[in-house]
Amino acid sequence: MRRFQQALVERIGTDRCRGVIIDVAALDVLDSYGAHTLGTLGEMARLRGAETVIVGVSPEIAFTMVRLGMSIAHVHTALDLEQGLQVLAELTSSRP
Amino acid sequence: MADTGEGQLIGPQSHQDDDSWVDDDKQLLPELVAHLRKHRTQLRQEWVQRIELERLLSAMTPQEVHSETTSVYDNYVEVLETGNVEALRSYARDLSERIIPRGVETHEVVGIVLLLRDVLARSLFQKYASDLTMLDHVLDAYEPSANRIANTVAVSFVDERERVIRQQQDAIRELSTPVLQVRERLLILPIIGVLDAERARQLTEQLLAGIRTHRAKVVVIDTTGVPDVDASVANHLVQTVDASRLMGASVIITGLSSKIAQTLVTIGVDLSKMHTIGDLQGGIEEAERLLGFTVIRRSDPAPVLEEG
Repeated sequence: MRRFQQALVERIGTDRCRGVIIDVAALDVLDSYGAHTLGTLGEMARLRGAETVIVGVSPEIAFTMVRLGMSIAHVHTALDLEQGLQVLAELTSSRP
Repeated sequence: MADTGEGQLIGPQSHQDDDSWVDDDKQLLPELVAHLRKHRTQLRQEWVQRIELERLLSAMTPQEVHSETTSVYDNYVEVLETGNVEALRSYARDLSERIIPRGVETHEVVGIVLLLRDVLARSLFQKYASDLTMLDHVLDAYEPSANRIANTVAVSFVDERERVIRQQQDAIRELSTPVLQVRERLLILPIIGVLDAERARQLTEQLLAGIRTHRAKVVVIDTTGVPDVDASVANHLVQTVDASRLMGASVIITGLSSKIAQTLVTIGVDLSKMHTIGDLQGGIEEAERLLGFTVIRRSDPAPVLEEG
């Protein structure tokens, strides 16, 4: 998870990207550490100038996360990749 | 079936007449069973008369009563003979399944079994009236079995009843939280009645599954029909809203009663992300705005059926 975090933040710099989509549809479980990492990842990406959208959260994961009090407040969420791209397009187009 | 049993079991009975009865209850039961099989028709008739006298099983026709009592009698005697309560239990369950939809009540079922017990006991009294010690032993053998049978039948009947009730409860619960799609990517979830923990859990489950299958972007939860909720359910509601957001759908809550509003503010959760609107109409309009729909009234309204 840490390596993933580091690699992503570096790539944001090298590719000059404006948005990041993280698809978690294939995840069966997400523990509090994972959720926390996603949150900090979003925050870090934002500091580097990119918006993060998390897509593909399953009903089970969504409710477990909420019940355990985990929040990923800094990131946007969307149902799937298609809608995630749409959200990202709206977000990036509103910026100069 | 009863006839062959009769033939075979006459042996010990005639043996009994020789006044060589054994102390062991196990020896008495077959004899007892033989007696009951021998007088099957007469005892059954007596039983049916008693049932009619007590006005039990009034929901059933005489023919039905006749066939049911015959099979109950045979089963009863068989269980007395074998002591196999398991078979009786499945028979009682079967019977319950058949007669519950006919509106037969619990007191009727228990009543007829107790009547049969009574009728048979009376016949035993008559048979052994001359020999009180013998009667004592016969009753010692008969009573525990008879009680066990009555118990089993009653329990099976109540179990079956409860199973039906549970089934209906499940069905009602299933229907109680409909998730409806009213526009593309817009779901409505009307909640009516008391929202308890179990129903709230089900609601969340159905809503989150609905968001996924309908690919919803906006959900309107209408709580106009819910007078009040307790703190844990209110908390659950807030969690549901958060979970929906995680799945990429924004939730609009409409029709919150003043009591629920008070509960929500007192449980001390972050309500800044709760999007609430006074009534369902406003909620749908807001949802349409979020989705980019506009509803425009045509200048010439479509003719209403009464006018045309």
